Amino acid sequence: MFDRRNFLSASGWAAAALVANPTVAFARAETDKRFLFIIQRGAADGLAILAPTGDPAYAGLRGDLARDAASGTRLDSMFTLHPALGETAKLFAAREALFVHAVASPYRDRSHFDGQNVLESGAGGAYRLKDGWMNRLLGQLPGDKGIALSPAVPLALRGPVPVESYAPSALPDAADDLMLRAGDLYAKDPQLGPLWHQALAARDKAGDLAVGKGGAALGALAARQMSGSDGARVAMIETNGWDTHSGQAYRLAAQLKQLDATIASFRAGLGAEWRNTIVLVATEFGRTAKANGTGGTDHGTGSMTMLMGGAVAGGRVIADWPGLSNGALYEGRDLKPTTDLDALVAGAMAQHFGLDAARASALFPETRPVPFASKLIRA
Amino acid sequence: MVSTSFAENRFGLGTRGDEAAAGGDPRGWAVAQLARFDPHVAGIPDSRSVAIELADYLDLRASTKRMARMEAPPAGSVMTRAAMPVQAVRTPELMAAQLAGRAAYATLVGARINSALTTPAPFAERLTHFWANHFAVSADKATTIGFAGLLEMEAIRPHVMGRFGDMLLAVEQHPAMLLYLDQATSVGPQSMFAQRARKTKGLNENLAREILELHTLGVRTGYAQADVTEFARALTGWTVAGIARGPAARFVTGAPGQFAFVEGLHEPGDRTIVGRRYRAGGEEQGRAILADLAVHPATARHVVTKLARHFAADDPPPAMVARLEQAFLRSGGDLPTVYRALIDSPEAWNPATPKFRSPWDWTVASLRAVGVKRIDGDATAALLTQLGQPVWRPGSPAGFDDIAATWAGPDALVRRVEAAQRLAQRAGQGLDARTIAPRVLGAALTPATATAIGRSESPATGLALMLVSPEFLRR
Repeated sequence: MFDRRNFLSASGWAAAALVANPTVAFARAETDKRFLFIIQRGAADGLAILAPTGDPAYAGLRGDLARDAASGTRLDSMFTLHPALGETAKLFAAREALFVHAVASPYRDRSHFDGQNVLESGAGGAYRLKDGWMNRLLGQLPGDKGIALSPAVPLALRGPVPVESYAPSALPDAADDLMLRAGDLYAKDPQLGPLWHQALAARDKAGDLAVGKGGAALGALAARQMSGSDGARVAMIETNGWDTHSGQAYRLAAQLKQLDATIASFRAGLGAEWRNTIVLVATEFGRTAKANGTGGTDHGTGSMTMLMGGAVAGGRVIADWPGLSNGALYEGRDLKPTTDLDALVAGAMAQHFGLDAARASALFPETRPVPFASKLIRA
Repeated sequence: MVSTSFAENRFGLGTRGDEAAAGGDPRGWAVAQLARFDPHVAGIPDSRSVAIELADYLDLRASTKRMARMEAPPAGSVMTRAAMPVQAVRTPELMAAQLAGRAAYATLVGARINSALTTPAPFAERLTHFWANHFAVSADKATTIGFAGLLEMEAIRPHVMGRFGDMLLAVEQHPAMLLYLDQATSVGPQSMFAQRARKTKGLNENLAREILELHTLGVRTGYAQADVTEFARALTGWTVAGIARGPAARFVTGAPGQFAFVEGLHEPGDRTIVGRRYRAGGEEQGRAILADLAVHPATARHVVTKLARHFAADDPPPAMVARLEQAFLRSGGDLPTVYRALIDSPEAWNPATPKFRSPWDWTVASLRAVGVKRIDGDATAALLTQLGQPVWRPGSPAGFDDIAATWAGPDALVRRVEAAQRLAQRAGQGLDARTIAPRVLGAALTPATATAIGRSESPATGLALMLVSPEFLRR
């Protein structure tokens, strides 16, 4: 079998990649399964995205912010999906979307940066691990490649397995000659050499989708990077703007519209490969149960997580619902987490990629969660 | 033995390619700048003009939204107001008002970069960039786009050579910060205004939390949620004059764009924060808390760790951090004292541990290297967006990261090559990289890069290669 890491450590490849077709560098992947992680940076409000309209305390806590739910999609006697998520609602109806509520990572404070560090590193606390759980996943899927759809590699994908990154650039392309000469200069540099090689491979793959903005373009780009036998099997998209301390109704609807468009165009772009694909959408923590004084919500604890894709056994909301009554709230203010995000992710990865429990649990080496046993993925 | 060229890259903003390198003692070069810094920047708007334009914009937006709602389809037809992100009708007046904020932003970006290109005190200029990022605001809201750069001009620059506590107070009372972290609209639940209002208005703890977590003590230093909430109560009433709309507006007096303390919005009562009790006392209460936070040992450690990371290594050397911490605590947060300890730290002078230049650093150094003295603010803003570090728009109050792992990405590297080609073509007419490279890179220039420059197919390619060489990407 061809080992990508050994290939990358071979000398002289940086220049060779320009003259040969760089896609030959990637061995045929071991699996057809695909996984996309969409991170919501800023603490997305799970209580607005998947509103517990069946909870008697909800309307009172949320005031004006509860109005959105009236026009949303009623999923069951308890939960209503935000009206801006029209495409997502269709996936739910087609049993290709599954939502989990009252979820949290092991992190229990309210700093975005620490919370994201835990969510991405997969550690038991902030700044304990320098690598990300998605890189550990790639380590368990030999021959498969990962890509970040952003200019730099986010923590979740950082680690010993090399990962590409790509995001559309509006700058004019550099001349081939300059690219070749710059590549020569980087070839012997231990930090820049591997980065350069990965950049060239990703640019080659993006082709004519290199320009375009917004959620739909991002979804199409991700699909392009993950299509075909040489496409990435593991990818990540970063989204910002979820920290809605004020003006939440408008801002959250706009954010969700973009997310909805990303998922719809990703699905369309993948075509038949959608049936082998799962998408995870998760955030670092939730927001306060009660609306604040400025039309928004403040940093909280429990939130909601989405699993979508042709491979997902969807059409359900999984929630061990803790309730929103005063006594039920975490520290008297936040949705109390009752489901462990690490265990959920470990379960989804185990079932999707056929990893045994020990290997799936090792994605989170400090917390070692018992992977979710209930059926998340279609057989 | 390090050279002044090393100091110009590590401590300054990169050597100018069209000037002879400063000779002499590199430490003396850095120290001399502490007295040479001019905080004043000419030709920029101020908070008053930006506030007046913002108020106009907010009024226009509110009225066009009201009109749009009157013309909207009746309720019950497909989508509600909240579900449909309001496509405020883009009247010419509204668009013009919106452009005012963007124009102020572009003017300020231009002032920042041109100051960086021509300053006689590049070390001091780098420090202003450092502090502006420590106290980050993000220019991506309509309410912050015009103000974001003014935070640096009006609250950071005047205090870069002063006390940390004075800078802290100026920052937390600046309109950019009060608007960005929602303090301007936070209301004490027991305040006079809240008691009278029919609609519930209330506390927003965003600024209080970020002051503790990001500006002063640092995360995980022992404060609790209760401290955040108490601090948020103490800060109620801190707002900006001339911008508030609605029923609260008549409580706020003062010149537009100036800090205003509004007793009617303030939560009455004593507060306890991080184990200390603060008596009720209007604006003074919040000031007293900030003054204590400014000289707290956790603040000293947090702030000097970031300085050491910026100047010495991604993983700050513990011995250096300890020395800077002592300098901070003993001087009560006197910043020039801390800078002198920084210059005296051998760890900051180690060529074996270079810092990977951020996109901003790299752009400034590149423009200086190819002899540019003046560049347009819009062009600068567009370039930095493409390079991944949009000016004053970190997207989060934590500011931009200061480690190589963030900036040395595969795609980021290709973008620098593309940008270098453009800079070399536009600015590099008549310049010869073979003579400039030894001047701007000094002892860092490797034989491989010198050879590659010498063999390049054109002078422009030679210049571009110099700008993207591994040694130029680092400082």
